[in-house]
Amino acid sequence: MQALQRSAHRLSRRGFLSASLAVGGGLLLDASFTLPADAQGGQVMPPLQVGAYVKIAPDGAVTITAKNTECGQGIKTMLPMLIAEELDVAWEDVRVVQADLNTDLYFAQRAGGSTATPMNWLPMRQVGAAGRAMLITAAAGTWLVPEAECTTAASQVRHMPTGRVLTYGQLAEKAATVAAPRPETMRLKDPSTFRIIGKPIRNVDSAAVVTGQPIFGIDVEVPGMKYAVFHKCPVFAGACKSANLDEIKRLPGVRDAFILEGGKDFGSLVSGVAIIGDSWWQANRARRFLKVEWDEGATGAMSSEGFARQTTALAAGAPQHSLRKDGDANAALAGAARLVEATYSYPFIAHAPLEPQNTTAAWKDGKVEIWAPTQNPEPGRQRVAQTLGVALGDITVHLMRCGGGFGRRLSNDYMVEAAAVARRAGMPVKLLWTREDDMQHDFYRPGGAHVLKAGLDTSGKLVAWKNHFISYGANGQFAAAADLGVNEFPARLISNFDVGYSLIPFGMPTGPLRAPRSNALAFAFQSFIDEVATTSRQDPLAFQLSILGDPKLYGEVGRGGFDTGRMRGVLTAVAQRAGWGQRRLPARTGMGIAQWFSHQGYFAAVVEVSVDDDGKVTPLKVWAVGDVGSQIINPSGAVHQVQGAVLDGLAQALGQAITFENGRTKQTNFGNFPLMRMADAPPVDVHFLITDNPPTGLGEPALPPIPPALCNAVFAATGKRIRSLPIDPAILKG
Amino acid sequence: MAFSIKVNGRQRTVEAEADTPLLWVLRDELNMKGAKFGCGATFCGACTVHLDGAPVRSCSIPISGVGARAVTTIEGIGASEVGKRVQEAWMEVDVMQCGYCQAGQIMSATALLTRTPKPTEAQITQAMNGNLCRCATYARIRAAIRKAAGLPAEAAGV
Repeated sequence: MQALQRSAHRLSRRGFLSASLAVGGGLLLDASFTLPADAQGGQVMPPLQVGAYVKIAPDGAVTITAKNTECGQGIKTMLPMLIAEELDVAWEDVRVVQADLNTDLYFAQRAGGSTATPMNWLPMRQVGAAGRAMLITAAAGTWLVPEAECTTAASQVRHMPTGRVLTYGQLAEKAATVAAPRPETMRLKDPSTFRIIGKPIRNVDSAAVVTGQPIFGIDVEVPGMKYAVFHKCPVFAGACKSANLDEIKRLPGVRDAFILEGGKDFGSLVSGVAIIGDSWWQANRARRFLKVEWDEGATGAMSSEGFARQTTALAAGAPQHSLRKDGDANAALAGAARLVEATYSYPFIAHAPLEPQNTTAAWKDGKVEIWAPTQNPEPGRQRVAQTLGVALGDITVHLMRCGGGFGRRLSNDYMVEAAAVARRAGMPVKLLWTREDDMQHDFYRPGGAHVLKAGLDTSGKLVAWKNHFISYGANGQFAAAADLGVNEFPARLISNFDVGYSLIPFGMPTGPLRAPRSNALAFAFQSFIDEVATTSRQDPLAFQLSILGDPKLYGEVGRGGFDTGRMRGVLTAVAQRAGWGQRRLPARTGMGIAQWFSHQGYFAAVVEVSVDDDGKVTPLKVWAVGDVGSQIINPSGAVHQVQGAVLDGLAQALGQAITFENGRTKQTNFGNFPLMRMADAPPVDVHFLITDNPPTGLGEPALPPIPPALCNAVFAATGKRIRSLPIDPAILKG
Repeated sequence: MAFSIKVNGRQRTVEAEADTPLLWVLRDELNMKGAKFGCGATFCGACTVHLDGAPVRSCSIPISGVGARAVTTIEGIGASEVGKRVQEAWMEVDVMQCGYCQAGQIMSATALLTRTPKPTEAQITQAMNGNLCRCATYARIRAAIRKAAGLPAEAAGV
């Protein structure tokens, strides 16, 4: 506040206001430029407007806009770091603000697929570099010297021959009137000169969080707002036929209650009963008295037991569909010196972000303003538009900090619900789910099973691989995130390779969970590879390296290309750090190793585990090594992401499963869907290999190797192979 | 019904039904959004506040059960010397990822250090085990508690 008053004072003393004076004080570096295609991170971007990201106040305060939505992955800190580095400001001068949804200005604003780093590494730096060039132009113009004689550091332009200095604050007014430089003339810094990138930078919302400021979606308050719950059928896609609305409306604090018909699309509005209350507690308490007659539909007949029976039946037969065939797997298996067969399966799991789903919506004159914690705001806006028949331009979306995402908030069902409820209620409404709503109406990580066969030649080399993947879907189409890519490891590395799949009809919502597909496939394939290695008396690490072969790039960097050399690098490094094969471990203690490539990141992990006589599995330590390219942008955030993903993977394997009965989810809360707690969290050693590759994202790729590394360690400790998750202690008793 | 409760040193009168949990009185009646709703069933600890200095799950304490006990929330914890040190340590160690659980974590940590200024690792685990962090920032929570306690930093973590 003081800074703003100071800047206002200075401006008025000078007696004019620039046309580009920004709301709240400070000058926009108001110019736009178009990035060359090779700097666009594989996307087609609109022109970058410097002023959409950078504002400099005459007192030197720099405001940088963070364009992407924040859900704990640290992007609100990291993207502004890229701008600040090239702008050459002192980080202490920077204040970061969150952008609203505005795809014209900011293009992709989602948090998903670990894409923000590869997509923004160059464009955000270019924004900073453009701003810096404009400030240099302004200084050179003031001094009437060549721009080439000027340099910058820590929010100042310096004229090298004379040592004269102007601060960015002093230059802001003039710089705001300068045209953006042409991108081909802008020079990005040599990474060896970075002052901000590569340094551990504290989360920009730290102070707000530790003092309890209202920055999350659930904290939103707007004038005249009431509180809402939305009660959906416990059976997925069940429809509400009637409800005791009159009785509900008479309950204390209840303003209104009504049925919204909805449709069958889980990502939009499905049928349910909305209750509006003066307080959320009153609205939610009214649900205890709610009596609804549901039409449960076909899903009511579905259950996990039935899925298990169908899996067994399908596994006994041939795949319904073929996915990939190289060479002749059947012949190679028939002629193999050794054949290893096993079936691996894994359950459905929930995302369970700690902040339950919520959105606040306020309608006025046919337009709606939305405050949502979402990972995927633009598709949310489109869903609202389609479902409620509103023009896209009449929907404003404010991106609220998300209390975790993990992929759950890529689906915007709760955003559509809030908009629909608020419109019908005729008042601004904050819709908030309970934990039980969240657990029972998730877009689950799909379960699945893999019937695997491997053939080895006389030298122990893997020469044949056959996989019958049992997944969910219909008519040959996989359910969301229940698929398997044709190039997924170990495709391309084994000459006789045959993958097919069969599908179980399914009525529940599925979707991406942190490292989608990979979080399940890595367990099946990396556990099986370990099983093949130990069955044939080969060291698991040596066997992994023999499958990878000599360093070779399959495909193209940045487009899913897989570089066996980079994977060899992380495997070798993690083995060294963990002392793989070097340490003598006590009885019922063991180490397991696994690797996985996902979201352009290469990760390998070693887990050390002990198993007690009751079968309880205790991870003692985890070593993780990653290769995500040439630069770790924020080491503090990067280590955070890896440690979090590692513990997430352990928690999944140790205890998480969603099961269905009569079309309903059985689990309700953290009592029967356990998250990792401090007492169970082992130390996690994190190391990055720096390689000459474009920087890529870290929200996801550290997770997939963890469940198999854990289970391989359990085998090393006990001789018992875990072929189904979560780990069942009963089979591990000493 | 009207209830008079003392929150962060200030006497407040709120109109609420007797079974309304303290969490919802704080959040929706007093507009103090620091205590968070995570599970509503004492599993997660995101709603942790202090009653007379002891950490409690405000989602499961009815307003009628608060009585004369002093309520301290994350908004007021910085007024105590220990609370301020914990907040500072949380920032210095850069504990948070999403940040949603951290108010509850800080409340539990402050209660621990007020009672036990130099806790052992086991005491830290015991005091903090009821607070879930879905992002799993446990190594840094531990490191921040050690820092606030003036104990040597651990090698693990940051």
